[in-house]
Amino acid sequence: MTEHVIRMPVPRMSRRTLLKRSVAVSASMVVGSGFLASSNAVWAMEVKALNPETMATLVQVARDIYPHDRFPDELYASAVKSHDDAAAKDPDYQWMIESGVTVLNNLAKKKGHSSYVGTGWEKDRVSILESMRNSDFFQKVRGGLVVGLYNQPAVWDQLGYEGASFDKGGYINRGFDDINWL
Amino acid sequence: MAAPYKLDDDSVIVVIGTGAGGGTLANELAQKGIDVVALEAGGRHLPEDYINDEWASFAQLAWTDMRTTSGSWRVAQDFANLPAWIVKAVGGSTTHWAGASLRIQEHEFKARTTYGEIDGASLMDWPLTLQELEPYYDKAEDKMGVTRTNGIPGLPGNNNFKVMKAGADKLGYTQCHTGNMAINSQPRQDRASCQQIGFCFQGCKMGAKWSTAYTEIPLGESTGHLEVREHAHVQKIEHDDNGKVSGVVYVDKDGNQQLQKARAVCVAGNSLESPRLLLNSASSMFPDGLANSSGQVGKNYMRHMTGSVYAVFDRPVHMARGTTMAGIIQDESGHDTSRGFAGGYEMETLSLGVPFMAAFLNPGAWGREFTAAMDMYTNMAGMWLVGEDMPQESNAVTLSEEKDQYGMPVANVHFDDHPNDIAMRNHAFQQGMAVYDAVGATQTYPTPPYPSTHNLGTNRMSAKASEGVVNSFGQSHDIANLFISDGSQFTTGAAENPTLTIVTLAIRQADYIEKQLTEKAI
Repeated sequence: MTEHVIRMPVPRMSRRTLLKRSVAVSASMVVGSGFLASSNAVWAMEVKALNPETMATLVQVARDIYPHDRFPDELYASAVKSHDDAAAKDPDYQWMIESGVTVLNNLAKKKGHSSYVGTGWEKDRVSILESMRNSDFFQKVRGGLVVGLYNQPAVWDQLGYEGASFDKGGYINRGFDDINWL
Repeated sequence: MAAPYKLDDDSVIVVIGTGAGGGTLANELAQKGIDVVALEAGGRHLPEDYINDEWASFAQLAWTDMRTTSGSWRVAQDFANLPAWIVKAVGGSTTHWAGASLRIQEHEFKARTTYGEIDGASLMDWPLTLQELEPYYDKAEDKMGVTRTNGIPGLPGNNNFKVMKAGADKLGYTQCHTGNMAINSQPRQDRASCQQIGFCFQGCKMGAKWSTAYTEIPLGESTGHLEVREHAHVQKIEHDDNGKVSGVVYVDKDGNQQLQKARAVCVAGNSLESPRLLLNSASSMFPDGLANSSGQVGKNYMRHMTGSVYAVFDRPVHMARGTTMAGIIQDESGHDTSRGFAGGYEMETLSLGVPFMAAFLNPGAWGREFTAAMDMYTNMAGMWLVGEDMPQESNAVTLSEEKDQYGMPVANVHFDDHPNDIAMRNHAFQQGMAVYDAVGATQTYPTPPYPSTHNLGTNRMSAKASEGVVNSFGQSHDIANLFISDGSQFTTGAAENPTLTIVTLAIRQADYIEKQLTEKAI
């Protein structure tokens, strides 16, 4: 489980209540007052300073920047949570993120889509991101993902990175030289 | 006198930095009964403290104080305030180093003679020969327990090495083995043998890899002639009216400025901080900085020609299991101008974990091409390419407009590749990719240089005082009791990982300092 995302049941809220209090923002995510959740209510995340819709957009942006199709949304949600924390402390940061997402949505609407997350094909969303690649917003979000996404043990598991071995006696008896196809 | 020493004790030798150069020198002097105060900017971390997590370890060990960059090198764009990946801790970058311990080759000490004049390169011969250094190389290899020397067997090869070896064999390379590593392949000198843990860059939790942090430093301290002051951030070296250095100003662990008097000062802060310190110590007598009558302090910054090749296969490799630098191909390390460049390069296995792979595979990249590589992490093999880069006077460490936490100008690091560096890197990328293609790579990734780990040359050694900063013993041409004891002494970079030579020079320098003290020359 990741640091910022909690598995259901969300404290003080049943899965049914959560879904009753939320609206869908994409095929996979719902938002409600102060939270973002998966549409099957498997995970939920508190959103303090940003609009929950903005947070949902950031999750989609994160997936479009570093698309790993086997990663569940919660890994991306956890990876962008730091922007909500930063926004809670700094109104300028909050504005930068909110306005960045507004620009994304406006660009999507110009191309005839309902919103950024409502843009069906990755290629079309990526072209929107490409047009913003030099913006402070894009730089901050992409830069933050390098550590925010790839420094999660759950991501290491997904990618087959085995990590620390000292407590297990190293790899000397656990396959450091087990390659058998050369 | 036994340690600890008083601030006004002007009989002590002050060594600045406790890495490969400073840590070795401090111990060697202490073993001779010479009193040493070693000032270390970082804290003391030992194997039990090391963290096998790339970013957490980076936060624990790396020198992340402000530095600035300029020039056309890609590091200046991707890591503008992190030109070098070196350590701020007792043990310095011997905590982080991979352990490769290669002697500089005979012809590389005579770079100017061997390579001839190369446009734009400030090549010189070292005022030293391999023959003069050989007895000291012998001592260094014994001290460090280098494999394939002193009867020490080589390390076993891990998966990453086996892929490299299979490719090397197919290409007809003949000099591929598991390296000359300062990592115990069997228990030696109270240190355990390698358990193939990985994370060599994060400090060896077994203590199998040689680091001054748990070899030289405690050995020196046990003599009673070495005092290490941790969190002592040196600002300035002072001199007397005769132009001899007389003491070192530093900020102590509590944030108070102190002055430690000294009979001699040995600077070993790595090639960015050492010239910065000399430049920051400018005075009315030495307006261009200490030991800088030649104008060469900070010039000729070298960082080795580097790059990496990562390759993806259709079956698993698990490159991160075991020794990070697990083997080497040396066939390209000679000087053969038919390849279109002077000097040579080594190919050494390297692995990064997922966190650092994301940061360094192709900084700034995003999208499916990037994630396709990350998705194949378990099927990836990797190597580092390290070769001789051309010294250029315009590649330099200078004082930046930016100030550090104590108000002193930070180092600006300016670097442009020389055309010879670019030709060598292209050749090395091509050969590295060929090694992996020969064993069926489905993708290869020529990966740009990381922030510099081999920082060299900024206080170069020269025969003539007008052409460099120090003589062949690391003694500054201008000030007899001021020494340089790190890789900034290197006249040229050679192809080899520099630590063994830094240690070798420090052992030799200790003998020289003892002689100078006995003769009352300093």
